Order: sequence, then C-alpha cells, then structure tokens
Amino acid sequence: MTSDPSKLSCAEFQAQLPDLIGSGVDASTHPHLQNCELCGSLLADLETIAEAARQLFPGVEPPDEVWEHIESAIKQKDEKSAGEPGLAPES
Amino acid sequence: MVGNIAEAEDLTQEAFLQLHRKIATFRGDSAFSTWLHRLAINVVLMQLRKKGLSLISLDEAMEPTPEEGPSRSFGAPDLTLTGAIDRLALERAVADLPAGYRLIFILHDVEGFEHNEIASMLDCSIGNSKSQLHKARLKLRDALRAQTQQEAQT
Repeated sequence: MTSDPSKLSCAEFQAQLPDLIGSGVDASTHPHLQNCELCGSLLADLETIAEAARQLFPGVEPPDEVWEHIESAIKQKDEKSAGEPGLAPES
Repeated sequence: MVGNIAEAEDLTQEAFLQLHRKIATFRGDSAFSTWLHRLAINVVLMQLRKKGLSLISLDEAMEPTPEEGPSRSFGAPDLTLTGAIDRLALERAVADLPAGYRLIFILHDVEGFEHNEIASMLDCSIGNSKSQLHKARLKLRDALRAQTQQEAQT
C-alpha cells in the first residue's frame, strides 16, 4: 500500500471508492484516474447508475382502497381493544 | 422494495397499523420521519424474512458470500454503460438485487436518504451503509453490462 494517491493500484483505489464516493468529494479528480481508464470507466458507470436511479419508481402512491382498508382495520382494532377487559383506556 | 404492488399495499397497511399501535412509544430521540421509516422498513424486513431464504436478508447482505458479492473491475474496460440507462432495464436489475442491497440502494439512490439516516434506520454503521450501497451499484453494473452484451450479440 502506498501513501501517494497517484501510485495506488486499481485494487487499492477500488477499495477506497465507497468512502471516496460517500464523502461527497468529486471522485473523478482523484490522481489515480488520470492514468487509469479502467477505474475511470468504473466510476463513470457507477455515477450513471446513481443518476438514473433518481428517475426510478416515479410517483407511486397507494390507491384510495389502501387507505380505506387501513381506516377500517384501525377501527376494528380499537373496537376490539375497547371490548377486552383491562385493555380499555383508563378514564 | 418487495417488487410486487399487491404485497407493497399489504405492507403499507401493516406499517400504518403498527404506527397506530406504537405511536405512543415514539420518544422524539430521532426525527419522526426517521422513526416512521424505520418502523416501515422493519415491516418490510420481517416480510422478506418470512418469505424465506430465496432472498438474501439484510444481515446476509452485510456479509455476502464471495459468489454473491459483485465482481470487482480489474479486467479490460470492454463494455461501459455509456449514455442514458434504460429505465425499465434498471428497474429489472434493481428487482433482481438481493433484498439487503436493494433496500440500501432504494433508500439512498432512489429516495435520497443520507448514509447517517440509513444507518440509523437499519441499525448499522455509516461505513456499512456506504459499503453496501457501493456493492449494490457494482452488482447493478454487472447486470446492466451483461444485458447490454446479450443485446449486442442478438
């Protein structure tokens, strides 16, 4: 393992990638990438995937029936609790 | 997260029933939205575990076996994902991810949560969240490259 970032092997650079990407700095300016097409294309692909992910599953809202089911299930549970001795709220 | 609309609706209902049951235990230690997400994610995780081992659990995703983990990229850059990725192809690849990877990928890249929020929701370290997200993206890259390669051959 070398301390000079430009002399990192691909394995060493790729081991650092999760932290590098997660730190919020622009990983594409890393010295290793100046001479490494392989890692450059890996990083570009990962950035493309992250970018494309923002467009996934747009506007998925549960239909009205789901809310109606939730409401009636909560009512049923409340009625059941009120009918069970010891579970009714204290007055 | 579960890849099935009817199941997602059932889990939405279960999450709200749990919310109704547990709301009194919310002590304000975290933001309400984080607490609610954590509760909903626990409902999803319980369901995934109930469905058996065809899906890798979150725990297993934290320690994937070598054959389940994504490949590293030391070979020639023969095929790159240039330009825009087909949305449906990516959705299919996300649906095929092991459950633990899928969960973290959706929370971070699709829903926009930060690693510290995900770590709090899933009871894992921030480093773990970063590492699992990276592995999820690598697996997606493998899947999309394989698909592109297949299309190029036909």
